[in-house]
Amino acid sequence: MSKFKKKKSGSLPAISTASLPDIVFMLLFFFMTATTMKDSDLKIENRLPKADQTAKLHKKQYVMYIYAGRPKANYISGLGSSDRIQLNDKISSVNDIKNFVLTERASRNSEDEKYLTTSLKIDKEVKMGLVQDIKTELRKVDQLKVNYTTAQGNPVGE
Amino acid sequence: MAKRESPEVNAGSMADIAFLLLIFFLVTTTIGVDQGINRLLPRYEVDPPAPPINERNIMRVLVNKDNQLLVNEQLMNIKELRQAAINFLDNNGEGTCSYCKGKGDSQSSDNPDKAVISLMNDGQTTYETYIAVQNELVAAYYFLRDREAMRRYGRTYREMEYVYNDPASKAVEGLVDDLKPKVEKIQNMYPMRLSEAEPKKNY
Repeated sequence: MSKFKKKKSGSLPAISTASLPDIVFMLLFFFMTATTMKDSDLKIENRLPKADQTAKLHKKQYVMYIYAGRPKANYISGLGSSDRIQLNDKISSVNDIKNFVLTERASRNSEDEKYLTTSLKIDKEVKMGLVQDIKTELRKVDQLKVNYTTAQGNPVGE
Repeated sequence: MAKRESPEVNAGSMADIAFLLLIFFLVTTTIGVDQGINRLLPRYEVDPPAPPINERNIMRVLVNKDNQLLVNEQLMNIKELRQAAINFLDNNGEGTCSYCKGKGDSQSSDNPDKAVISLMNDGQTTYETYIAVQNELVAAYYFLRDREAMRRYGRTYREMEYVYNDPASKAVEGLVDDLKPKVEKIQNMYPMRLSEAEPKKNY
């Protein structure tokens, strides 16, 4: 008896960790809802230019992505060092854009189609010649809504 | 026999499992940062006809391969481009634009309805410069549209346009129908006539 009594008076009661899982689950759900899955592994550099006159893109189901930039260091041996286009997971040429757009359109229902926007994620070092080619291809398939996706910041500042 | 109490399940490892999931999601996802400049491309035509436009209604912006700006034959720093574009669009040289606050310079544009900004870049211009120029020109249009929307409806054009174009707004009865005339009115007051010429191919 005396042994137990001594202990009780001496030490603090243990802190209950029963609510720890709840806290962690809360964090988990926050991250699940606030983030999006990485869907493609980029083989090219993609440092977006800065702009501040931006609008948010609507839901992902209305967006398709076209990436462009110089291949990353570990891909240069295979792809060369000039600017390339990436559609989904594949490095592609300008001629593939037409098919890509048609496939993307077909994979959505007709109601969403008119909201479909092309997000151009183009590295800031890319030359305008390539960008112009991409735009011409998009115009040829009547995919006229584009979004020059940028990072937030003042382009003329500093 | 006394009722046997069921043993309590140990929930101590629950936190570990949840942490594991949390870390998995942290690693495989990215926080959505998708925003950018929305533009509408013109329809593709093989031989676009050149519309007859009075020379003073055009503001020519040229960007060369060294990312330098030439506006109406004058070298310009990109920091001055926004104000130059606002002055040009809002000029009201004809005196027919009741909501303009420009100087009415007879050498500059007649009316925002007629004013065209023509952008031409070299094939070797970097995308970064192109975006900076686009950003400044779009800023000029939005500045004027916001000013007019604030005066008329007490809210910015930018905000109205976002709600109007959001597919989720369809769910709210009458919201889109209510905004449509307002958004179109402002668009017609300062139509975005930003034409882009094909760059010379030298890459």
